[in-house]
Amino acid sequence: MNLRMAVNKRFADFSLSTDFTVAGDRIGIFGTSGSGKSTLVSLLAGLQQPDLGEIFLDDNCLFSSSRGINLPPEQRRIAIVFQQHCLFPHLSVKNNLLYGFRRCPPEQRTIDFDSLARVLKIEDLLGRGVTNLSGGEKQRVALGRAILANPRLLLMDEPLSALDDTLRFQIIPYLKSVSERFGIPYLFISHSLVEMRLMTDSALLIEKGRIVEQTTSEQLARIRMGQSSVGYINLLELSDMTERDGMCSYRWKGGELLLSASNRETASGLFELSSKDIILFKKHPEAVSARNLLECRVSSLFESGRKLGVELECGGGSLVAEIVPEAARELGIMAGVTIHAAFKASAFRRLSKSVGNTIDRE
Amino acid sequence: MLSLSAADYDAIRLSAQVAIAATVLSLPFGFAFAYLITFVKFRGKMMLEVIVNLPLTLPPVVIGYFLLLLLGKRGWLGTLLNEAGIRLIFTLKAAIIASAIVGFPLLVRSLRIGMESIDPQLIKASRTLGARWHDTLLTVILPLSVPGLLAGSSLMFARSLGEFGATIIVAGNIPGVTQTIPLAIYEYAASPTSENMALSLCLVSVLISMAVLFLHEITARKLARRD
Repeated sequence: MNLRMAVNKRFADFSLSTDFTVAGDRIGIFGTSGSGKSTLVSLLAGLQQPDLGEIFLDDNCLFSSSRGINLPPEQRRIAIVFQQHCLFPHLSVKNNLLYGFRRCPPEQRTIDFDSLARVLKIEDLLGRGVTNLSGGEKQRVALGRAILANPRLLLMDEPLSALDDTLRFQIIPYLKSVSERFGIPYLFISHSLVEMRLMTDSALLIEKGRIVEQTTSEQLARIRMGQSSVGYINLLELSDMTERDGMCSYRWKGGELLLSASNRETASGLFELSSKDIILFKKHPEAVSARNLLECRVSSLFESGRKLGVELECGGGSLVAEIVPEAARELGIMAGVTIHAAFKASAFRRLSKSVGNTIDRE
Repeated sequence: MLSLSAADYDAIRLSAQVAIAATVLSLPFGFAFAYLITFVKFRGKMMLEVIVNLPLTLPPVVIGYFLLLLLGKRGWLGTLLNEAGIRLIFTLKAAIIASAIVGFPLLVRSLRIGMESIDPQLIKASRTLGARWHDTLLTVILPLSVPGLLAGSSLMFARSLGEFGATIIVAGNIPGVTQTIPLAIYEYAASPTSENMALSLCLVSVLISMAVLFLHEITARKLARRD
């Protein structure tokens, strides 16, 4: 997918002005609330009209003020998964799903209803009304409805922000795999860096109605580490939990990790560990209260605001820790040196249970 | 004590006829106006709102008088209709038109409240899923307006049952032709011996109005619950 958006839109107290071209199938738009993300979505979908400019999706002109082109939303074939599910309350799950499908010309229909319903695990809900579905079910139906419209591009406008944390990370695999499997590129809009990194490859950073950075989502997380109060969030896929000495031991690709006993219910899943919670030692500390101590090699250092990010290679896994430049000087931390990283068992936060198993990949 | 004469039954039948016809006749127009006011941006919207709501504040007699000027034999529309062989003044049709105009703002008001409670995102969703605006109108806005439609219709029906001022001017008070319940009561009230007859019709009026208002409350509650 190739998207070019050079548009201006002025409101009484806000103006959006962009000029960017992005290519790829998993693109993110990252920005805080009020930065113009939703306006961008409306302009792209044709729900609002730019004052000036051009929008091209692949070779197709969606809007051009100079040529007098403004395709109405129904002709753009850009479906949206909204923040609130936006299911039609007067229609059943099945009729919601088929709303866009029925309006799509038969020659453009490529999505098979039954296989989509199977992937989203909503086969059993089809005959029900939408008002008494759970939050996660609603969002899955909304996703299915958008995909069944056979769009050329799927806009996911903060589709997870109305859900609680547990549900959020249960829905992510669906969002990702459904678009991959049915070959629909997406634009994922969010104010959460973690979601961005899980969902997208490249990302546009939007601030006050301007695109200020076009980079990878990983790079974006590193750039923002310096300003963020939570630091850089390491995302760790942990598995094969066993209980040991009142703690939970997990297998990670970089070695065995110990987590606090409160994770007893989680056999495997995605966990986060902040760069702020990792303490670096130049030599092996003889005694340390933190339950995890890994020998790592520094693969690179990067600056982020007033802090230094230290990228660590530990066995097969990698972590990012943050330190102040003075500490780097004192400890002689530079690329290639071996150091020890310690972090507490309680520093981990569970994001989801068994992410990989949620989806039926057959 | 409920003693009704043949003329009273006529009045009840005529009242029902007028109220039903006025409501049904107004529905498509009411829906269109409510849609325009709620969803379409255009110049002169406030003017349109004022005009639609005018019958709510004007004395019905004034509306009746304007209708008489418009539809009367020498009226602007009346002359045209006369040439086509259509006579409206002092017929049931005139009573229906008078009721429709007087009750119209109530219908539009309820429909509007119903339409305003529709999440605009649903309309956007439907458009991005490939529906043209009239498709969205029929498949999203109309079905979601049903509670507002029912509430508005019941209010308008009740208002039409009670319509007096405009009706007596354009339709007169002809027993068996244009004499509805309020007009019959008016006539009874004018004669000193018909107190019981008037009371009986009043009771009928109260019963019908209460039934309609109960229906209205029920639909209004359903509307509130949906939000």
